[in-house]
Amino acid sequence: MTVIDTSRDSVASALETDRVESHLNPPASYDLADHPVPTGREEVWRFTPLSRLRGLLDGAASAAELNRETTLPDGVTLTSITAAEAVELGELAPNERPAALAAELSGGALLLDVPAEAVVEEPVVIRLTGASIDDLVWGRTLFRIGAHAKVTIVLVHTGSARYSAIQSFLVGDGAQVNVLSLQDWADDAVHLGRDSILVGRDATVKHTAISFGGDLVRMHANVEYAGPGGSAELLGLYFADEGQHLEHRLFADHNAPKTKSNVIYKGALQGKGAHTVWIGNVLIRKVAEGIETYEENRNLVLTDGCQADSVPNLEIETGEIEGAGHASATARFDDEQLFYLRSRGISEKEAQRLVVHGFFNDLIRKVDVPSIEKELLATVEAELAKNVTADA
Amino acid sequence: MATLEIKDLHVSVNTDDGAKEILKGVTLTIKDGETHAIMGPNGSGKSTLAYSVAGHPRYEITSGSVTLDGEDVLEMSVDERARAGLFLAMQYPVEVPGVSVSNFLRTAKTAIDGEAPKLRTWVKDVNGALGQMNLDPTFAQRSVNEGFSGGEKKRHEIAQLDLLDPKVAILDETDSGLDIDALKVVSEGVNRFRERDGKGVLLITHYTRILRYIKPDQVHVFVDGKVAESGGPELADELEANGYERFLAAV
Repeated sequence: MTVIDTSRDSVASALETDRVESHLNPPASYDLADHPVPTGREEVWRFTPLSRLRGLLDGAASAAELNRETTLPDGVTLTSITAAEAVELGELAPNERPAALAAELSGGALLLDVPAEAVVEEPVVIRLTGASIDDLVWGRTLFRIGAHAKVTIVLVHTGSARYSAIQSFLVGDGAQVNVLSLQDWADDAVHLGRDSILVGRDATVKHTAISFGGDLVRMHANVEYAGPGGSAELLGLYFADEGQHLEHRLFADHNAPKTKSNVIYKGALQGKGAHTVWIGNVLIRKVAEGIETYEENRNLVLTDGCQADSVPNLEIETGEIEGAGHASATARFDDEQLFYLRSRGISEKEAQRLVVHGFFNDLIRKVDVPSIEKELLATVEAELAKNVTADA
Repeated sequence: MATLEIKDLHVSVNTDDGAKEILKGVTLTIKDGETHAIMGPNGSGKSTLAYSVAGHPRYEITSGSVTLDGEDVLEMSVDERARAGLFLAMQYPVEVPGVSVSNFLRTAKTAIDGEAPKLRTWVKDVNGALGQMNLDPTFAQRSVNEGFSGGEKKRHEIAQLDLLDPKVAILDETDSGLDIDALKVVSEGVNRFRERDGKGVLLITHYTRILRYIKPDQVHVFVDGKVAESGGPELADELEANGYERFLAAV
């Protein structure tokens, strides 16, 4: 456990109402000068193979887009807005170069609007498909969910592209939002995603990142709070095959009292050069009294030659918290589990499949998007079949 | 027909101090329809015998043979042994988080039979097998052995015995840690299995208590990695009266 004690003894800091910068995350800014091209030695970049980002750090202008298919239930709208409007609406500013480039180069933004008090039964589904790895695509989207609205938003990424997206979820007071982002790209795709969520007073947000396909996927999920009583659950599931780099970076910024964050990410790795990174940063500011936070990352390493990096960080600036904890574990197959299953006649490959399925099962249940659960389970099954039962 | 034949079995485990021999020449034949009890003090190698026959990778067979109806068991993988008709009810059944009992049982049954069980009768069979073990049908939705009480784990093992219907069952201290009611339920389950045609049972136990409910054809006293003495059920009575001292003194 890493606890960085940043408490200062000045009275002024105890009365802090404005931002202190986190030691774990660079400051937010639209100015590209604030986000120089990384060298790879920076804390936030040291796990990422920069050579595989293929132009996403350079920032060439591009008019390429992902093909977009949307299912918009009644009352939900998707419109184009200007960059200036995005900022005015309260977009959460980029704190990293790819997100800043996406804001700079996307030529405007999309706004998904869910009106206040709308209870949207069917999920909003946005399917984004890349046509070619030659396409460099900059994406910028705002999701504005009005007070006391209830909605499920599903983003599905497939095909091939080099894609950097900055997305902001502005969640109104008392709203209930369930966001699922599925990364099921083709083998050569590169995806740098930044999802930042502003949780309204007493609002409840669930955000799930599921990453299966792509050469390199690096996702941020950041949470901050617009008032007390907000609750965020950040879930993730990833399955890295040979040569894949799947990175998930979480940041729960407890900037308001009585807020909650609960992070659970689970991953499996198989094949030479499969690399996963999980960074779980939590900042508990001085004002954030009575908060609860828990973060957990578990990795199941299925073969030799894989690497799972898992780094939880907790910065605490107040002593008045309800609970703060974390767990991180990376393990191989449990031989006793496999023996038990095989002693019932189940083949080794099938036993492995069962164990992996079991490992992910409770998380899949938590995702709770019934309408696409079937598709999700099928994708998981296909991934498991591809990997674990390849020789069965 | 089911004959399990163990001949001069020697088994070692690797320890920090090198290989250590645990079984030192075990010879035992369970003929068609017979129930044999193996009794012995802690550390005598009873469980090692059970796990070695089932094929646990921790145990290295250094010499000897094990055959089931003439087939060489030691040449088979763990799951092949199960498909050939061996079943091991474990002393400490292993938790498999996220895998439901229902999924586990169906997968195992499919593997053993080589085809999926018929859905309609299967659900009835599972509920029946669980019910006979005093396990509620909702038990099938729980993760395998996760959060089970000691008694539930053992009853779940015997429900599997019922459903998977092996030729020979090895019960490794299935009685340990059971209260008298659970012991009766488990014993009745084993006895129902024995009533089926030609089923062999190797009952490994530390205590004579279970032998009041499951009557063995033969009793073997196991000391220091081999059978010290074999006899009929009366041998268990002697152990009940006098304990293992006579056998331990002879070592």
